Amino acid sequence: MSVAIEIRDISKQFRLYNEKHTSLKERVIHGGKMPFTPFWALKNVTVDINQGETFGILGRNGCGKSTLLKCVAGIIKPTSGEIRVRGSLAAMLELGAGFQPDLSGRDNIFLNGSLLGLSRSDIEKRFDDIVAFAELEEFIDNQVKFYSSGMYVRLGFAVAVNVEPDVLLVDEVLAVGDAAFQRKCLDHVKKFQREGRTIVVVSHGSDAIRQNCGRAMVMNHGQVITVDEPGEAIRVYMADLLGVGTLEGSESGGIEGNVLAIGTVQAEHGGSGSRPHMYAGESLTVTADVDSLAAVPDAMATVAIHDDRNELVFASDPDDPACQMEIPEGGGIVRFFFPEVPLLDGTYSVSVGVRSEKQTAIFDWKDQVTQFEVANPGRTTGRVRLPLDVSFRLRSSGHTGEVPAVSGVPFAPLAGWEESTA
Amino acid sequence: MSLSVDRPSGSEPEHVATIGGSTRFVPGQSHDRITVVNGKVELGRRLKDLWTNRDLLILLTRTELKVKYKNSVLGYVWSMLNPALVLGIYYVIFKVIAKTYQPHFAIWLFCGLLVWNLFNNAAMGSTTVVVGKAGIIKKVAFPRELLALSTVGVAMVLFAIQVVVLAVFLLIFQLVPDWQAMILLPLALVTLIIFTSAVSIFLSAANVYLRDTQHLTEVLLMAWFWGTPIVYPYGQVQSHLANWHLTWLYLANPIAPIAMSFQRAIYGQTSYIASQNNPTHKVTPLLPNVPLTQYAALLGIMFVVSIGLFLASLIVFGRLEGNFAEEL
Repeated sequence: MSVAIEIRDISKQFRLYNEKHTSLKERVIHGGKMPFTPFWALKNVTVDINQGETFGILGRNGCGKSTLLKCVAGIIKPTSGEIRVRGSLAAMLELGAGFQPDLSGRDNIFLNGSLLGLSRSDIEKRFDDIVAFAELEEFIDNQVKFYSSGMYVRLGFAVAVNVEPDVLLVDEVLAVGDAAFQRKCLDHVKKFQREGRTIVVVSHGSDAIRQNCGRAMVMNHGQVITVDEPGEAIRVYMADLLGVGTLEGSESGGIEGNVLAIGTVQAEHGGSGSRPHMYAGESLTVTADVDSLAAVPDAMATVAIHDDRNELVFASDPDDPACQMEIPEGGGIVRFFFPEVPLLDGTYSVSVGVRSEKQTAIFDWKDQVTQFEVANPGRTTGRVRLPLDVSFRLRSSGHTGEVPAVSGVPFAPLAGWEESTA
Repeated sequence: MSLSVDRPSGSEPEHVATIGGSTRFVPGQSHDRITVVNGKVELGRRLKDLWTNRDLLILLTRTELKVKYKNSVLGYVWSMLNPALVLGIYYVIFKVIAKTYQPHFAIWLFCGLLVWNLFNNAAMGSTTVVVGKAGIIKKVAFPRELLALSTVGVAMVLFAIQVVVLAVFLLIFQLVPDWQAMILLPLALVTLIIFTSAVSIFLSAANVYLRDTQHLTEVLLMAWFWGTPIVYPYGQVQSHLANWHLTWLYLANPIAPIAMSFQRAIYGQTSYIASQNNPTHKVTPLLPNVPLTQYAALLGIMFVVSIGLFLASLIVFGRLEGNFAEEL
């Protein structure tokens, strides 16, 4: 497999000035001296990103992931090292960057397209596609300053994706527009993947990485922690958070990150017999063995279920008082009980975590640590078995021939359940 | 910063195969095109990038014009108001108050101001252009010198309009230019554009780091203006300069020989003699009465110097550009 982006030993130093003199007058007054503290935003980063893969970069704020992306895009110059990018490149660091408010949408498409590296004839060829994608046919000759923020961002995205680059860099900008437009953006990214283009996504949310990426890199303090398949990278990312003990921005000291650790996690279904799979609608018990070096008075247990496509199916409510518990020194067993699991066929994985109630610290997080399988005896298909109630009556008024099997309860998730599975 | 981007321009890009009228992506065909990002400043690559992005330069210039003059005839007429006012003021001061006897003094002024306006507009515009476009610079990668060059482009468009106005003036005053000396103009104009570009590129980068550059530039340009033979003829300072052995310094200003070439070609006279209003009846020198080859030689030197300055400005810009995204 050929390499699309070769990042070789990239370092980037920023200078944090104690006091910045931005005019000649000030410089002369202070004798040209500007004391600064060197800060290495990137330190000896080396990684190869293969052609056609979707590569995620994970890390907390300030870990250098955006700096790295800007270096690859050529927006800032690395202090040392070299990056080689094969093929054309487009960076979506901010949608609609470089739009001129005084120009019409039409003019801005040409300007933005040129900035992203398209020639005039290329833009003319793609112009109609861009306008259609942005859904701005009626407003294309209006000045951009009269656009709503949604229209602005849609136009920005439409130009960026229609550049059709070999390598696309994305910096968490996909969370834009209404639901329908987001869907469209995601479809476009999927299309890019199918076409064998290389995509680099920077994020601090693990779900986007898990769903879209083939490999992911975890960064911390400007250095590469690991490059691995997304599940493992996310585990390391969580462990990295754990190792530090507190999340970004929190000031609550005192709690050591490794004060608490989750041991074995088991998932057991409540069905009869020793069959490995459970049936839809049966109960599920997840138990997690927790070791604790000290008493944790404000522990908050969380559980999440992902399906085999890595889509999040369920995550517990962090504010649910039932999840709050006091874990004594020595630990114990945390038990999550689902009275019924209305999932249909598939293999689901369970993640378990224990965090501080105030969410300032994650004590431990076991990502997709165990699995359970659901088999569906009926012929229902899909993901979830929704309670269903079907009835028939004639249009003529007065006579109601059929009465729903269960009635009187406006919302009854369990109503009619037994009948349909039998 | 070195960033080389080979962009297909004009023709069909290699990596796109056209199938049935729609473009389809064919991966793996464009991978001989490699973009390298590192800390070095490579002059050859920068020049190549400027050339491959000429479409963008034209577009940036047009954008600037559209934003400034709203792309309307009235807008451009408006843009002529300032130079017209300057011309009017100097005309009144020198013709009415200082009582110069020079014939067609307005044309003389116009020749010099034409040159000066191009230089002045571009230099003043360039100081703020990079700072003003911080949003693009932080988020999009492209050769940033183009921003400075776009102010030169705008100045060139205004120059072209002024040339038309000057031509109308010549027709009205029935003044015939020195057609033979006109051959100086292409070299003079090219030298002017290259020199102006060099100064603009340098100023645009300097103002990012020293934000008072724009105010200093304003003051310096005023001194520079009076150190250039525009409102007064070179003939009047020639002897003083010779006495102080400062002729070389005065002519080291590239704008001076360029302005003099324009005056020589368009105004067409190197001196004027007594008119009925001139009581002294003596010959007043305007320009050195030397063969055109002498003018051309001086321009030639300035041309070479300007090319050198242009390349130097690209290197300086390249060094400063690396931290633009942080400084803005």
